Amino acid sequence: MTEKHWPLWEVFIRTRNGMAHRHAGSVHAVDAKMALQNARDVYTRRGEGLSIWVVPSAAITASDPAEQDMLFEPTASKIYRHPSFYEVPEEVGHM
Amino acid sequence: MYTQALNTREDATPAADPEREARFQTRIDAESRIEPNDWMPEAYQRTLIRQISQHAHSEIVGMLPEGNWITRAPSLKRKVALLAKVQDEGGHGLYLYAAAETLGISREELVDQLLAGKAKYASIFNYPTLTWADIGVIGWLVDGAAIMNQIPLCRCSFGPYARAMIRICKEESFHQRQGYEIMLTLARGTREQKAMAQDALNRWWWPVLMMFGPSDKDSQHTDVSMRWKIKRFTNDELRQKFVDATVPQAHYLGLEIPDPALEFDEASGHWRFGEVDWEEFKRVIAGNGPCNRERMRTRRRAHEEGAWVREAALAYAEKRRQREAAMQVAAE
Repeated sequence: MTEKHWPLWEVFIRTRNGMAHRHAGSVHAVDAKMALQNARDVYTRRGEGLSIWVVPSAAITASDPAEQDMLFEPTASKIYRHPSFYEVPEEVGHM
Repeated sequence: MYTQALNTREDATPAADPEREARFQTRIDAESRIEPNDWMPEAYQRTLIRQISQHAHSEIVGMLPEGNWITRAPSLKRKVALLAKVQDEGGHGLYLYAAAETLGISREELVDQLLAGKAKYASIFNYPTLTWADIGVIGWLVDGAAIMNQIPLCRCSFGPYARAMIRICKEESFHQRQGYEIMLTLARGTREQKAMAQDALNRWWWPVLMMFGPSDKDSQHTDVSMRWKIKRFTNDELRQKFVDATVPQAHYLGLEIPDPALEFDEASGHWRFGEVDWEEFKRVIAGNGPCNRERMRTRRRAHEEGAWVREAALAYAEKRRQREAAMQVAAE
């Protein structure tokens, strides 16, 4: 029985249509090279992407869901950040 | 590919934190997704670990009956397709293990549970693949039943599971069409080939209906799983949907469903079918199906014989790390 476990990596894939890298899932691998190889086999069997990033899962710092309200609620009240807050006369046309 | 509602009893633990639990239920009711770091009732977490890992184990064990025919596929075209399908099942198992791991259980623990016989997997994989037609039936019916089960799971309340299911469902459609095409070729072939197709259908039909799990009147999970939106339809509802979709496909092939009670009910628009042999279902789930022991033996052997590879890969990675660190020190 293997004593030590293979570390976990998070996989990000950039699709061909020019979008940013997006989280696809995770793989286990002993090092970065193997993580890339495994990510290719597990997450791109049907031309899903043109580029892969792998990041050790332990290296990710995430926001705390318990602080969700404190972090994100203030944006809800700032309606002046949206274009619809401003009035442009109809005669001006599309802006 | 395959999830199956199995009849293991959930301990009814009293709500430890009724207030949080009420808030949790409000989020579920509002169709909000639950993510791994969010607070969740312990029973929700336990139910999901069990369901997702059973699902993952089913994918992995499910590679065995089909793997049996890779070297004997009748043509190169069939062989590459079957290889790709079996590889997909392996991939599905990996997506699902990763989803289960987000709930705080390690991959090794999950694999150990399977190998120790503590975790279950779909009963269907304990049946043997005797002829090439079985590969057709597995794609057409086993994957077809899996799709019925899995499409609602794409909307499951637990985010990582739902996202894994979306990927899986996209890939599953190839599997089913691949199987149906094999059946179509056999059904249009010689008399012997057609008989082989019919024989495979006869042997697999009832075990496939069992894939939807126990009848609603006997299923202990349905209520709470529906409330938590892990499940969206009951076992019997999904089984009926599957029969309705499949009977016309069998007729198109010119094959007969091995159920004398099968008949179309004009009034409801549903195909009525006979009673599943639940004794057989219980027997197979309990470990006494035709291939249970062989499947477990094969998985254990693969795991044990792969141990040196896992250890060597770790040792090699460690050696390289040390070497790089030493080179860095020398350069400084």
